Amino acid sequence: MAEATHGTGGQKYDPAKRNRAPEWNVFGALVLIVLIFEILNRMQGGSFLFNMRDNVDAIFNQQRLDIMILQVAIIGIIALGVTQVIIIGGIDLSSGSVVGATAMIVMSFAQTAMVNGNPNPKAIFGDWAMDLPVIVPIVVGLACGLVAGLINGLLVAYTKIPPFIATLGVMVSARGVARWWSNGQPVSFPTETYGTLANGDLLGGMTFGLLSWPGQNPAVVFVLLAILFHVIMTYTLYGKHSYAIGSNEAAARMSGINTDRHKVLVYAIAGVLAAVAAVLLTSKNLTAQAGMGVMYELDAIAMAVIGGVSLSGGRGSIVGTVLGAAIFSVIISGFTSIKLDAYYQEMVKGAIIVGAVVLDQWRQRKRTRG
Amino acid sequence: MSKIILETRGLTKHYGGVHALEDANFILHEGEHVAVVGDNGAGKSTFVRQVTAVEQRTSGDIIFDGQPVHFAGPLEARQAGIETVFQTLALADDLDVPSNLFLGRELFKFKLGPFSWLDRKTMRDRTLEALKTTAVKIPNVDNPIRNMSGGQRQCVSIARTAAFASKLVIMDEPTAALGVQETAQVENIIRGLKARGIPMILISHNLRQVFDLVDRIVVFRRGRIVASLKREETDGNDIVSYITGVKGGQETSFA
Repeated sequence: MAEATHGTGGQKYDPAKRNRAPEWNVFGALVLIVLIFEILNRMQGGSFLFNMRDNVDAIFNQQRLDIMILQVAIIGIIALGVTQVIIIGGIDLSSGSVVGATAMIVMSFAQTAMVNGNPNPKAIFGDWAMDLPVIVPIVVGLACGLVAGLINGLLVAYTKIPPFIATLGVMVSARGVARWWSNGQPVSFPTETYGTLANGDLLGGMTFGLLSWPGQNPAVVFVLLAILFHVIMTYTLYGKHSYAIGSNEAAARMSGINTDRHKVLVYAIAGVLAAVAAVLLTSKNLTAQAGMGVMYELDAIAMAVIGGVSLSGGRGSIVGTVLGAAIFSVIISGFTSIKLDAYYQEMVKGAIIVGAVVLDQWRQRKRTRG
Repeated sequence: MSKIILETRGLTKHYGGVHALEDANFILHEGEHVAVVGDNGAGKSTFVRQVTAVEQRTSGDIIFDGQPVHFAGPLEARQAGIETVFQTLALADDLDVPSNLFLGRELFKFKLGPFSWLDRKTMRDRTLEALKTTAVKIPNVDNPIRNMSGGQRQCVSIARTAAFASKLVIMDEPTAALGVQETAQVENIIRGLKARGIPMILISHNLRQVFDLVDRIVVFRRGRIVASLKREETDGNDIVSYITGVKGGQETSFA
């Protein structure tokens, strides 16, 4: 009888007994949504994914894929950091503003002295800051993100105020920094090298089977960072402790984990990732504006949540967030492809975010009851 | 008599004006299993919280393994060799069994600060070993413990304690929320500890269990130790008399 209650006691690894990874559900949803948009497009005589023009020799709709991937890549990089913050049971509302502030500061160190034979009309600093090697703005940018992340982390870990409030404060202040930096003026005309960071081809004219992506450096960076953090979250102490803290912070502390220090580290990494996004975004647009990154934090949180990251902490994964980002991007492109008005797009986007959380909670309840 | 592993002298804890623990003199010998019993609010849990340094005592001495100790927190107590199963489970629900067992003392393939590479295989193997020696049966150790029954989770918690126990195990009502079979399983783990010669303090309301498992019974009443009785020299009625105050000193009822 004891066997019936406590199982067979067989301790061999049995994949069948292991719960199916929730990421598969997200992947299923992604496929389903793509399929729905393909059908809707076909009903209008077009195609969502495939090339329908006779004069172009391609199987896929390259232009749409390019846009989708670019859309997902930059905010997706932010979402990688936000995912880690949510997994430890926190939240980061500051990332969009950190992108804005970092963009302004970074661009000021990336400017070129002469524009079409004239001095740079948008110059922020004197000659000393002109035509610096590209590594300078990159390092400055990452440092900005690191500082913002450290402020978030230190506030959350040591003042014990709720992460929502702490990062809300940083969100407002960082946006202030972005506007103050050049009195609201855009900062433009970067060096040529800086412009190629996002627009150049890190992988050359690389093709993936049937697909080729010129100028998709942000996507390449996104994928590399996603792999890096997937490995870190899955195989290292950092990941294990992140899940432990999000799952039961008191238990984690009792087990000897320095939870405060760990939180600072996680928020710092999220800040640096927001800065990476800022560098790519300014390089892509060849300009920085104080309003850059508005609402990015919410889009990033939405990607994580759609990807199955639980807002109560402890559950979710980088893979889930990448899939969530893909769903997010497919939905936006999908609405455009069926010529749905932009206003409706935002309404539906909101509904999908709420729906994803409701679904997650419903699943969770079902599991605890069973 | 064998070596003394834990001794408290005049251990006292006041919460403001409340005297939760008053002049507790307690001795635990090597390999000995002692039960701490008493009514609600008698000071049992307070006593444990002072020994494990979850709280800091008001006054008195704690001598552990021959040395006077002043642990700054439960972590230091654990590092010194005192493993505790608390009433509230100290487990991370979203982690699997090996991760919970090794939480805070992970094994590594190579060390690199916070990004040290976990040695998951060895931790998993050792977990299975630990579950085997403690006779805990868990259907699949790779699932998050969220999906397990209360009993299984308690078993994980106790297996963690038993697996790492070096000098002293303290269990605060380990079977309070468990069913019959699960209670039996936990009791088997405790017998396993006894066989391995690991001393234990068991807090329990269950006198049947106490008489089954331990060598000596210490009775708390109103913050004081009112009796310390060898199992063979007492019985349930006797213990209840001490718990309720019919026997044992100043507060004998005249009603």
